[in-house]
Amino acid sequence: MHRRAEVLDVLVWRGDANGGGYHSYGVPAQESQTVLDVVTWIQQNVEPTLAYRFACRVGMCGSCAMMVNGEPRWTCRTHVKKVFGAKGLVIAPLRNLPVIKDLAADMAAFFDKWTAAEGRFHPSKSRNDAMEPISPEAPNRVAANAAIECINCAVCYAACDTVTANPDYFGPAALNRAWTLQNDVRDAGYTVRQDAVSSSGGCFNCHSHQSCMTYCPNELNPTASIAGLKRLSALSYLTGGKAR
Amino acid sequence: MIGVRLYLAQRLSALVMAPLMIGHLAVMIYAVQNGLSAEEILSRTQGSLWWGAFYGLFVIAVSIHAAIGVRAVVYETAGLPERILNPLTWAIGVSLFVMGGRAVAGVVL
Repeated sequence: MHRRAEVLDVLVWRGDANGGGYHSYGVPAQESQTVLDVVTWIQQNVEPTLAYRFACRVGMCGSCAMMVNGEPRWTCRTHVKKVFGAKGLVIAPLRNLPVIKDLAADMAAFFDKWTAAEGRFHPSKSRNDAMEPISPEAPNRVAANAAIECINCAVCYAACDTVTANPDYFGPAALNRAWTLQNDVRDAGYTVRQDAVSSSGGCFNCHSHQSCMTYCPNELNPTASIAGLKRLSALSYLTGGKAR
Repeated sequence: MIGVRLYLAQRLSALVMAPLMIGHLAVMIYAVQNGLSAEEILSRTQGSLWWGAFYGLFVIAVSIHAAIGVRAVVYETAGLPERILNPLTWAIGVSLFVMGGRAVAGVVL
C-alpha cells in the first residue's frame, strides 16, 4: 500500500537534457489535492531547486502539463485521487519534448511547428474596413468553434505516437490550429497554410491513432481537424487549387 | 515524409483494392465449394482478358499501396532520410509489380 495514512508516495523525475532519474518523496495528503499541488508542496518544503512550470492554476494557460503515471495531463486540474495508482504517483516531464530541467520541458519545437503549420492569423482587413459579419451558424464557423478552445498545453503532442516516431511531424495541436484558421473567413492565409499543412511534416503523416482526442483536457478532437485538413488538401490538389 | 501525392496514391489504390479483394475472396470461396483442381482453375483463367484485367489491376493497386505503406513504417521505425526512402519506395513498388505481374501472367497467359 503506497498511500500511507496521510502521506502520498510520490516519484518525481529530476534531471536535465543529459539524463536523470526518479526521486522519492512523501507528501501530506489533503482533500481536493491536485497533482500540481503535490509538485508545489515538494518544491516549497523539500526541494527548492525543483524546476516546473505553471501560471494560472485553473486550466486556462496550458503551462503545467506533465506526465502523470505515464499519461500526459494538465496537472492543475488533475485530482490526486483520480490518478493515484498502485505505484503511487509518478510525475515526469512531458513526452516527445526535450527536458530543460526536472519537470520543465523545452516547448520550442512545439511552437516552432505551430509556425511551420502557419498557425498564425493572416489579417485580411485593416481598421478602416467594416467589421466582417460572422454567423455563428455558418458551417465553417461551426467547424472552427469545435476546435478553437486549445490552450497550447502540448498534452496532445506528448500523447501522439506519430510525433514520437516522426520528429518532422507537426503534431495535433499545430494542425488543429491550422484547421481553425482554414475555416476562418477573415483569414487571408488560406493558400500558404494549405501548402504548409500539405508539406512533408504535415497532416498526411497522421495515422488517426486518436491519442490526441483521448487525452485533450479540453475534450477537443484534433484527429477530426487533421482529417478535415487532409480533405481540404486532397481536394485542393485534385482541383488545381480551385476548391476551397 | 508523406505529401499530398503519396497520400492520394495510397488512398486511391486502396479504393481500387477493396472491391477487388472482396471479389477475390468471394470467387475463391465460391469456386472451391465442390473441390476445384489447378487444371480447372487454369482452364477458366488462361486466355481470359477479364481475369487478366481483374488481377492486373489488383497487382498495380497493391504495388502502389504497399510501397507507400512500407515507406511510412520504415521511416517511423528506422528514421531513414528521404534520399534513401524515395528509391526504397520505388524498389518495393517495382518488385511487387514484377512479382505480381509474373503471377498474373502465369495464370492468364
